[in-house]
Amino acid sequence: MFKSFLTLLKRDLMLALRRKSDVFTVLFFFVIVISIFPLGVGFEADTLRKIAPGVVWVAALLASTLALERIFANDFADGTLEQMLMTPQPLSVLVFAKVIAHWLLTGLPLVLIAPLAGLQYHLSLPTIGTLMLVLLIGTPVLSMIGAIGAALTLGLRGGGVLISLLVLPLYIPVLVYGAGAISASMQGDVPLQAYYLLLSAFLLLALVFAPWATAAALRISVE
Amino acid sequence: MTLSVKQLQCSRGDLCLFQDLSLELQAGQLLRLEGKNGSGKTTLLRTLCGLFMADEGEILWRGESIRKTPEVYYRELFYLGHQNALKLDLNPLENLQVLSRLVGQNVSEEVIEIALAKMGLAGYEDVPVRKLSQGQKRRVALSRLLINEAPLWVLDEPFVALDVAAVELLQSIIVQHVQDGGMVILTTHQAVPLPETKMQRLSLDRYV
Repeated sequence: MFKSFLTLLKRDLMLALRRKSDVFTVLFFFVIVISIFPLGVGFEADTLRKIAPGVVWVAALLASTLALERIFANDFADGTLEQMLMTPQPLSVLVFAKVIAHWLLTGLPLVLIAPLAGLQYHLSLPTIGTLMLVLLIGTPVLSMIGAIGAALTLGLRGGGVLISLLVLPLYIPVLVYGAGAISASMQGDVPLQAYYLLLSAFLLLALVFAPWATAAALRISVE
Repeated sequence: MTLSVKQLQCSRGDLCLFQDLSLELQAGQLLRLEGKNGSGKTTLLRTLCGLFMADEGEILWRGESIRKTPEVYYRELFYLGHQNALKLDLNPLENLQVLSRLVGQNVSEEVIEIALAKMGLAGYEDVPVRKLSQGQKRRVALSRLLINEAPLWVLDEPFVALDVAAVELLQSIIVQHVQDGGMVILTTHQAVPLPETKMQRLSLDRYV
């Protein structure tokens, strides 16, 4: 079971390495959205600091939905998804591998590039640390929830737009607490533990239920 | 080792494709599905693989419903549909390795190379599948027949896109598998040279 998990994870990473453009579109989208905001609202440090948490998170949400359609669409089109449905292993394990690969390719790069956004918005070093940490906990949740949406809309015409409509409302809790943690960390002496715990709780819930729900949705979509 | 189908009924939307379909396939037998376009051949094959939910009826493998023990069934089932299930950016070797590992099979590189060579693809092991022709892609997909250990093969139009030599090769692979005690279910318009005693024919036009 673990071996097929690793096989699929490795395959998806290898495929991404051979088509790098898919990874970079998400990353560049994130960077561009973040860089455009100061041009619109002005370069005043106080204003930028105030909007930074919201802007970074909304940019992360949109960047994440941008790549969702591709999680299963390619495998569906070339028939490998059918083969995955017909393995002795539980489908949720394979789904989990695919979502992890997806996060490593689209979520983790956002976490790593986040300090750049922090500098643009005049955030202090501890706040940048918080920003990275909440993105690190939050972006896997986005991938997990997004995978359910991607599985449900698989093979539908205009599925890409539909995913966003389905999934963005479900991202709200992560947005609220993720952005909240960054705002709170700017106050200085506010304890952040509650935010981290809540986000981790979302992550645990998503880790347990999302692969299972995604697997069920895939079986319906492939039929 | 028996595959039995009991009173199967499948429909797409409001359209009933077939109903009250029963069949039984024993080891060392081949089942050839016939029927005009749109008669539900592919749907039946996908239902047999558990990819499509039947409205009614059940499918038993070794006496157990395939819904109840999918992990047993899928270890012994090999399915090749219209799509080749190949990743265009990987080479044939990588593709076959990934696909066999997914079903929990550990196949060495040599075994895959031998299979590819037998399918006339020697020298193409390292070429991305994207660069192969349609027929070559189909050959790569079909080399999985030589690698897998599943007794039950379900093949949807396996002869499509193949040249004369490859058709003959595939026919001999299928005949060999049946003679070794395997089971094959396929749809095709091509003749399969097998003695009538080992071959069942099922025409879906009768079940509407």
